[in-house]
Amino acid sequence: MAMAMLPPDWPGNFWAHWGIFTVIILVYVLLMVLGFIWFERRSMAIMQARLGPNRAGPFGLFQSPADALKVMLKEDIIPSRADKVVHWLAPVIAFFPVMMVLAVVPFQGGALLADLNVGVLYIVAISSVTTLGVFMAGWASNNKYSLLGAMRQVATVVSYEIPVILSLVGVIIITGSLSLQQIVMAQDVPFILVQPLGFLLFFTGALAEINRAPFDLTEADSELVAGYMTEYSGMKFGLFFLAEYGEALVISSIVTTLFLGGWRGPLLPDWLWFLVKVGAVFFVIVWIRTTVPRVRIDQLMALAWKFLFPLALINLLVTAVEVLVWPDVSLWVLVPINFAVMIVLVLLWSKFFKLGWGRVNV
Amino acid sequence: MTTTREISLNLDTEPFVVNFGPAHPSTHGVFRMLTTLDGEVIVDMEPVFGYLHRGLEKLAEERTWGGCIPLTDRLDYLGAMANNFAYCLAVEKLAGIEVPERAEYIRVIMAELQRLASHLCAVGFFLNDCGAFQTPVVYMLREREKILDLFDMVCGQRLTYNYMRVGGVSQDLPDEFIPALKKLLDEMPGWIGEYERLLKQNEILLARAKGVGILSKEQAINSSASGPVLRASGIKWDIRRADPYSIYDRFEFDIPTGSAGDCYDRYRVRIAEMHQSLRILEQAAAQLPPGDFRSEVPHLVRPPAGEAYGRLESPKGELGFYLVSDGSIAPYRFHVRAPTFINLTTLSELVRGWKIADAILIFGSIDICMGEVDR
Repeated sequence: MAMAMLPPDWPGNFWAHWGIFTVIILVYVLLMVLGFIWFERRSMAIMQARLGPNRAGPFGLFQSPADALKVMLKEDIIPSRADKVVHWLAPVIAFFPVMMVLAVVPFQGGALLADLNVGVLYIVAISSVTTLGVFMAGWASNNKYSLLGAMRQVATVVSYEIPVILSLVGVIIITGSLSLQQIVMAQDVPFILVQPLGFLLFFTGALAEINRAPFDLTEADSELVAGYMTEYSGMKFGLFFLAEYGEALVISSIVTTLFLGGWRGPLLPDWLWFLVKVGAVFFVIVWIRTTVPRVRIDQLMALAWKFLFPLALINLLVTAVEVLVWPDVSLWVLVPINFAVMIVLVLLWSKFFKLGWGRVNV
Repeated sequence: MTTTREISLNLDTEPFVVNFGPAHPSTHGVFRMLTTLDGEVIVDMEPVFGYLHRGLEKLAEERTWGGCIPLTDRLDYLGAMANNFAYCLAVEKLAGIEVPERAEYIRVIMAELQRLASHLCAVGFFLNDCGAFQTPVVYMLREREKILDLFDMVCGQRLTYNYMRVGGVSQDLPDEFIPALKKLLDEMPGWIGEYERLLKQNEILLARAKGVGILSKEQAINSSASGPVLRASGIKWDIRRADPYSIYDRFEFDIPTGSAGDCYDRYRVRIAEMHQSLRILEQAAAQLPPGDFRSEVPHLVRPPAGEAYGRLESPKGELGFYLVSDGSIAPYRFHVRAPTFINLTTLSELVRGWKIADAILIFGSIDICMGEVDR
């Protein structure tokens, strides 16, 4: 834990630091995404009484690299009536925020590209850019499925940004800092225990923002074929695919950092703890995907505005009052109180809350 | 007040036409929905059929009476045994052929196994259309596979059986069939219980399927819907009871009905029917008599000139064959009353006003098979 001391802003040579961590983030994203795809396919297969990929390499581990190679070799088709520049630019814009966001995520104490003092704000701001890429893809493809998928994506993100950000503010209030490094250092008790409601809201909202089941309406394959990706092929499709799993990786990393104590843990080396926690969060995402059906678009909106939004506000209020009244109390004291608050609120809301409106008269 | 009106006019979105199918992941084959959308809401839907039209009815006129049986397999390929059965019923009615008792029992066992297999598919793909990412459907296909193994055992085929013959079935049950059937009957209730635990009370499924796509009693009768779609609307009409054919009057079973006629009821009715099929199978397996599996029928049947309509309760509804004979070795007219085609005519009415996601769900809950719709 020697590294847990606050590191200097730019240790050693600026360019050396920049170069090393850029490479680390690239390798992290690419390897983890390949690993995640394999992991998702295998664990889903086990949950669904199937085998999953098991031919290419030991346990099918080479399936993802093989798929990646295939995607790179495929023909890149642009629809004749598409807006070519936007169509080409969209996957790039969808993918680059994934890399950018990881710049402020500490892999272990002090091991991060930039310890920004506005880290959380930076994450929230940059990660929304992906939506722009998705909407560009939907618009430029000149395809109605793509457009519908993109419209759903924009509506989802606009609605879910608010509860997601509000649920993060509780963490920030307790820590008193926006820096992710500081937030991890403040977690003597993992914030999932101190902010259970905040975690629940953030995780639900994040699932909706990254289009994972049960909120995967953007690419609902039983309705919209592949949503905004319908007209993409070759490496541009690959980039979207990479962006999608990269977002899942980013969300897993952020949840790990903000709520699960980041790299901190006994026995194992710090970086391994980080990876283990990221993997565990991703497993939960996969688990949810195999378990529940998809919600409808109006139910999705209702969930954001009627359920998550008021609860996030109340959570923020409760946390603020707690910090104001007992500024120096041990975090352990807040755990039972906040759990009680969460249970009461969730039960109360689920009793009065109704999903969606049903039929429209036409 | 004019200003309000102008504003609302300006906010209206422009309806646009989206084409679902014929090649679309959840059109269950090659169905095509020409939808007019207002945002996400379906204003109008025009169904387009015919992409799988193979002219089976005309083809049948070129074949002998017995030679038509393989053609019926290709109608509803998820319920081929029921198709064989219905066609043989019609021909036997036309030619006045008696069927030995053992053959009747074998036919009922096959028909009920087929109902189980078909409902497993129907429920599984319905839940898949809900967006339950393949988990329920894989579990249900696992069990369907075991039923297909039984079919494989009796006739060597897994999808298009060509098992029944005019006057009986093509071959007797092998010795290992009844023990295998008993094993399936022992295990099946546990498996159905497993599906129930998976999704029956799932909050999202309830929100998605309850009250969605309501088919009222009047609508159901007016459109002459049949099968689980009709019974989910609360009408107790099952040809096995209403017009007993073969030996169905010897078995005890209930006719499960729904109350609301929504997608959830259609799903529940199918699950309940699976339990009833198991009851019938148990009784049939216990009562199975020895004897001939096929009566003496000439190779080329020549029914006397006339017409006959044979019908039965197929997994998807009332399946009927209307046959006209001119006394020759081939049917003069071969018409199929396809239950899914007639159930599908209600779809346009049902989806209007619902969202795209609901339309897919309603379509899935009707449980169609394009092989039968287009013929």
